[in-house]
Amino acid sequence: MAEKTNIVRVTNVTKVFKLGKIDVDALKGINLEISRGNYISIMGPSGSGKSTLFNMIGGLDKPTSGKVYIDEVDIAQLDAYELAWLRCRKIGYIFQTFNIIQVMTALENVTLPMIFAGMGNDAAVDKGMQLLELVGIGDRYSHKPFELSGGQQQRVAIARALANDPAIILADEPTGNLDLTTGEECIALLKRLSQERGVTVISATHDFKMLNVSDQVVWIRDGRVDKIEDREELSISIGQIGTKE
Amino acid sequence: MTQKTILSEMPNGTGRVQRQVVLPFLKSVEISFQSIKVRFFRSLITTMSLVLAVSFLSFINVSNDIANGMLATHDPDLRQSLIRSGYDIGAQDISVGSSAKQRWIVILSLLVCVVGIVNAQLMAVTERFREIGTMKCLGALDRFILRLFVLEAGMQGLAGAGIGALAGALFSLINAWLHFGTAAVRSISIANLLISIGIATGVGCLLSLLGVFYPALVAARMQPVEAMRVEH
Ligand SMILES: Nc1ncnc2c1ncn2[C@@H]1O[C@H](COP(=O)(O)OP(=O)(O)O)[C@@H](O)[C@H]1O
Ligand SMILES: [Mg+2]
Repeated sequence: MAEKTNIVRVTNVTKVFKLGKIDVDALKGINLEISRGNYISIMGPSGSGKSTLFNMIGGLDKPTSGKVYIDEVDIAQLDAYELAWLRCRKIGYIFQTFNIIQVMTALENVTLPMIFAGMGNDAAVDKGMQLLELVGIGDRYSHKPFELSGGQQQRVAIARALANDPAIILADEPTGNLDLTTGEECIALLKRLSQERGVTVISATHDFKMLNVSDQVVWIRDGRVDKIEDREELSISIGQIGTKE
Repeated sequence: MTQKTILSEMPNGTGRVQRQVVLPFLKSVEISFQSIKVRFFRSLITTMSLVLAVSFLSFINVSNDIANGMLATHDPDLRQSLIRSGYDIGAQDISVGSSAKQRWIVILSLLVCVVGIVNAQLMAVTERFREIGTMKCLGALDRFILRLFVLEAGMQGLAGAGIGALAGALFSLINAWLHFGTAAVRSISIANLLISIGIATGVGCLLSLLGVFYPALVAARMQPVEAMRVEH
C-alpha cells in the first residue's frame, strides 16, 4: 500500500432506465476511486442503485453517461472479446443467488473459468481442488449444487471467483440469501482472501456485518454517493448507529 | 488505441493471442452431454415429438419398401393382397411410391414437430437464463453458448431420430407380417430398408438443428447481467 493505484475509477456515471415513457434515474452522477487491495463495501438501502453501480463496474451494463476505468482502461472501449477476457481473468463475480451452474459439480464449476482462460484440464482440476480446500469444502468437490447448503454454495462461488486470480472480486449482496452465522463466515472468508491474495473486494450490501471488515465504506443513497468513509472514521459512525438504536 | 495497449500490458495478457477466451470442442461436447443427462426428463419431452414424427416418416417409407419388395417377387397372390389392402397399383406397375396424401401428412407432422422443438427449446432457454448469464460472467463468448445449444440439439436429434426411425421401421415390419405374412417381410430389400431408416434419422437430426437455431441465437445474445436477476 506504498503508492496509491486505483484499480477502479468511476467518473460521473449516470444510468437511466427507460420504463415505457418513464425514465428511472438509477445513478445520478457517481464518482469513485478504489485503491488496489482494499475491501470496499457499497452500502445503501434497497433501491439506492447498488446493483446498478455493481453492473457498471463489472462491465455487465453500460452507463448512460460517464466512464468506468478498470486498471485505468476505459471499459467502454473494449470489444466483445476483450470484455469476455476481462470478465474471465480480471474480475470474479459473486452473486446473491450463488449462481452455481446446476448441471455441474462443485469442482466443475470452479474449473470452468480456467478452461475458458485456456488452462489445460489437469492443471485446472489441480487448482480447482486447491481452491475448494482454501474455502473449506475440499471434500464436497463432486457434489452438485442441490446437494450443498447455501453457505457451501456461496463458498463454491467464492472459489470460482478466484479461479483465474482476478484483481477484483465483485460481490452483490453476497450474504443476502444466507443466515447470520453463514453470512459472517462468508464475510470472514472474503476478508481473509482479500488480505492473503491482495484482491480488491467490492461488495454491494445492506448488511451491517460487512462494516467491521471494510477498509472503506461507500454510502449510496438515491443514486448518489452520500459519503465515503475510511476505516478510522467508520468506528465513529457505527458508534452513532449503535446509540441511535 | 492507447487504451488497448494498456490492456494488453495487464498481467497475464502479454499478447493478443493469449487474451482469447476459449472453450475446447471436446469440453463443449462434455458439457452438452452432461446437460442432457442431468435434465433427462426435459430432454425427453423436447425430443418426444421428434421421435413420433420421425417414426411416422420411417413407417411410411419402410411400408413402401415392403410393398416394392412384394411386387418385385412377381407373386400374383402378394400383388392381389397389396391391392386388397388399399395400394393403388395399376396392371403394368412394378413399383409403388408414396401417395400425395401420405406425403402431405408426413410433411405436416414434421412441421408440427419443428414448431414443437422451437417451443420447447425457447422454454429451455428462458429457464436457463441464470446459467447462461453466469457462464457469460465467467467469460463465455456468444458462440460458446450457441455451440452448447446446437450440440445439445444435435445429440438429442441423433438419439431421438435414431430411436424414432428404428421404431417406425420395426412397426412397419410387424404390420406387414401381420397383414401379408412372412413372405412379405422376407421379400424386402435390406438395402432399401437401411436407406429408409438412414433418411429418416438424417431428416430428424436436421429438424432438431433447425428447431434449435433461433432459440440458440436468443440464448447466445443473452446479456451477462441476466445472471444478476434476483426475482424469478
Ligand atoms: N433493469 C431495470 N429496469 C428498470 N429499472 C431498474 C432496472 N434495474 C434497476 N432499476 C431501478 O433502479 C433503481 C436502483 O436499483 P438497484 O440498483 O437494483 O438498487 P439496489 O441494488 O441498491 O437495491 C431502482 O429504483 C430500480 O427500480
Ligand atoms: Mg441490489
